[in-house]
Amino acid sequence: MTVPVEWYVALSAILFSIGALGVLLRRNAIIIFMSVELMLNAANLLFVAFSRYLGDLDGQVLVFFVITVAAAEVAVGLALIVVIFRTKQSINIDEINLMKG
Amino acid sequence: MEFVTPTINILIVLPVLLVAGGGALLMLLELFMAEERVKQWAPTLAIIVLALAFLQTIGLWGQTHTTFTPEGSSPMVILDNFATFLNVIFLLTGFFTVLISVNYLPRVGLNRSEYYMLMLFSLSGMMLMGMANDLILVFLALEVLSIPLYILAGLSRPRPESEESAMKYFFLGAFSSAIFVFGIALTYGATGSTALPAVLAGVSNGGALALAGVAMMLVGFGFKVAAAPFHMWTPDVYEGAPTVVTAFMSVGAKVGGFAAMLRVFVSAFGSLGQTWVPAVAVIAAITLIIGNVVAIVQPNIKRMLAYSSIAHAGYILMAVAASVNSPDGVSAALFYMFAYLFTNLGAFAIAIAAERKLGEGVMLDDYKGLAKRSPLLALAMAYFMLSLTGIPPTGGFSGKFFVFRATLEAGLVWLAVVGVITSVVSGYYYLRVVYLMYMYDGEGELHTKPALLTAVALTVLATLVLGLLPGAWYEITKQAALQGLQVLAGG
Amino acid sequence: MVLFIILAISAVAAALGMLFSRNAVHSALFLVLNFAIVAALYLTLNAPFIAMVQITVYAGAIIVLFLFVIMLLGAEQLRGVAGDGGVWQRWLAGGLTAVLLISFASILFQGNAITPASAAGVIDTSPAALGLRLFEAYVFPFEVTGVLLLAAIIGVVVLSISKKRGQQ
Repeated sequence: MTVPVEWYVALSAILFSIGALGVLLRRNAIIIFMSVELMLNAANLLFVAFSRYLGDLDGQVLVFFVITVAAAEVAVGLALIVVIFRTKQSINIDEINLMKG
Repeated sequence: MEFVTPTINILIVLPVLLVAGGGALLMLLELFMAEERVKQWAPTLAIIVLALAFLQTIGLWGQTHTTFTPEGSSPMVILDNFATFLNVIFLLTGFFTVLISVNYLPRVGLNRSEYYMLMLFSLSGMMLMGMANDLILVFLALEVLSIPLYILAGLSRPRPESEESAMKYFFLGAFSSAIFVFGIALTYGATGSTALPAVLAGVSNGGALALAGVAMMLVGFGFKVAAAPFHMWTPDVYEGAPTVVTAFMSVGAKVGGFAAMLRVFVSAFGSLGQTWVPAVAVIAAITLIIGNVVAIVQPNIKRMLAYSSIAHAGYILMAVAASVNSPDGVSAALFYMFAYLFTNLGAFAIAIAAERKLGEGVMLDDYKGLAKRSPLLALAMAYFMLSLTGIPPTGGFSGKFFVFRATLEAGLVWLAVVGVITSVVSGYYYLRVVYLMYMYDGEGELHTKPALLTAVALTVLATLVLGLLPGAWYEITKQAALQGLQVLAGG
Repeated sequence: MVLFIILAISAVAAALGMLFSRNAVHSALFLVLNFAIVAALYLTLNAPFIAMVQITVYAGAIIVLFLFVIMLLGAEQLRGVAGDGGVWQRWLAGGLTAVLLISFASILFQGNAITPASAAGVIDTSPAALGLRLFEAYVFPFEVTGVLLLAAIIGVVVLSISKKRGQQ
């Protein structure tokens, strides 16, 4: 065990930031959604790394819950994307803008 | 390895089980009964389930229980007066939502039994928000609360506004959940646990890692309760969703977010108060200013009420910011949410009565001449608008009074000043509705059925009682607040 | 150490690849790559079971679902590179990310940021140990995920069935 936990935190933070960038920058709904998955994945990496360094099993158990939530969100999100594509023929979230903010 | 059964007291989570089980029961009924009959019975069944859960909840008032306690660690679920009080708020929200939905849904062609299932599931998530004693349970409760709401917002598909509403709500919800769970992961790393008592014990030595975790969880909650600058989704989602769903989420989702926020921030992160209180205070001030100022230019009642709900999140955040340094903060927040429940749902009930078809009759101009068409409804609407502004004798006034008092006690004088000024500004757009109703003539039909009128009558009555006798009710919220905080500190 | 650096660099590269791909299918494939690399990192972190779950659930199920939807919609080419949002969005995103990264960097270089500086002893992370922990301490959250999945299933059904059922 020569890798300090800080390195894992850094890697996780970078992956999380890339995911956040994707949500803010990309206009394609599917890519935005993949970016959210990347953010959840970064959180999982953090849980597992801390679990290893704290010598605590709970961190790994928590990953299961995050993965379950991710799966539920994927099901709902992709269904929404398909439904909205049927009506609008587009999943560009800038074109999905009937109402003014 | 030996399996050690955790201590389980099922009675404590029975209200939640009843509500979630009611949703599952409805689903099973569809297997055995004709669809039309299920649709007929769904609202009744929902009311029965909510009433049973309500009786069970009331019976638990004054008691403190914990359950799902594994060997040698802290309980997963906690039921104290704080949680009981919030459960009462959620169950009443569900009850009024059923009352205003029962005739609206068939009228606009959305009568599906899934509506009631999803509403009950969402309610069970809200109830868990106040009872969770572990961050991961807070996260799961947040998802159980949110996922049905994403679907409900899109219920009137293929109407594009509704689909768009669901889509926006979903993306910002998923984004904020990811931020929230990253915050949980950081807190876990800093304190070595996600159980709130252990977080409380470890957070003050957690260093910068704990602070980053707290900040990300604050952002996550900010999205959920629609606080500025995380409020962008609110107006579009509220406008596009079917009005009954808007009513449900404007109260339920918001109070749910605050339920967990109060428990997590005031209790578990209390020792970091000097760090997060200024941040919450600034967020509260921005929320108040944006919500109240932008509401002025909204021509649509649903958008106006959306910005108004953002503004009310600001007032509750004031109470949250005051909670660390003032003994009245938590109870003021609870009282404010209790009053907001009746006032806001009452206002939405009238908006539903005035909605001719799906998405028609929701402009402020449609309220012209309401006083001539239906003097009683106009009077009720005027009363709700006074309550939202905060003019006595209404529940809204009492709520604001307690919140401002707590803010002053906590030494946040500038925030109280912002609160008072924005309240005055809010008078403009609330009272404009009253002006339109009484000073103009206008045409339009009203859909008043007994269920909806019952909801209006009950909410008016409750707002009046909270306005005239605030002291007695404040004592109750005070008990809820005190007991809620003590238990967690004891672990 | 060397292994970690190689894996970390490729994970970041895969994530960037997902972000900047013009084609949605390529993005999804980069995401699979990223998930697989993270699974390898789990192996180095004494979490073999999580690594397997990561591969089967994420790479196996979730990404396949993504690819399926992309193919179904024919949406591979919809709107290209990063930054096709407005200019202000680019600045906002850049600024926010910079703040995020700087704050994390400051955490890391502050020293003693993370309480247990020394690595704890290796614990039993077999599926049996995980299962016991799941059903002892986390049995209630486990039940809640049941409600969550049920709600999601009903939700997807509501979204997918034809409109006819909704009308009286």
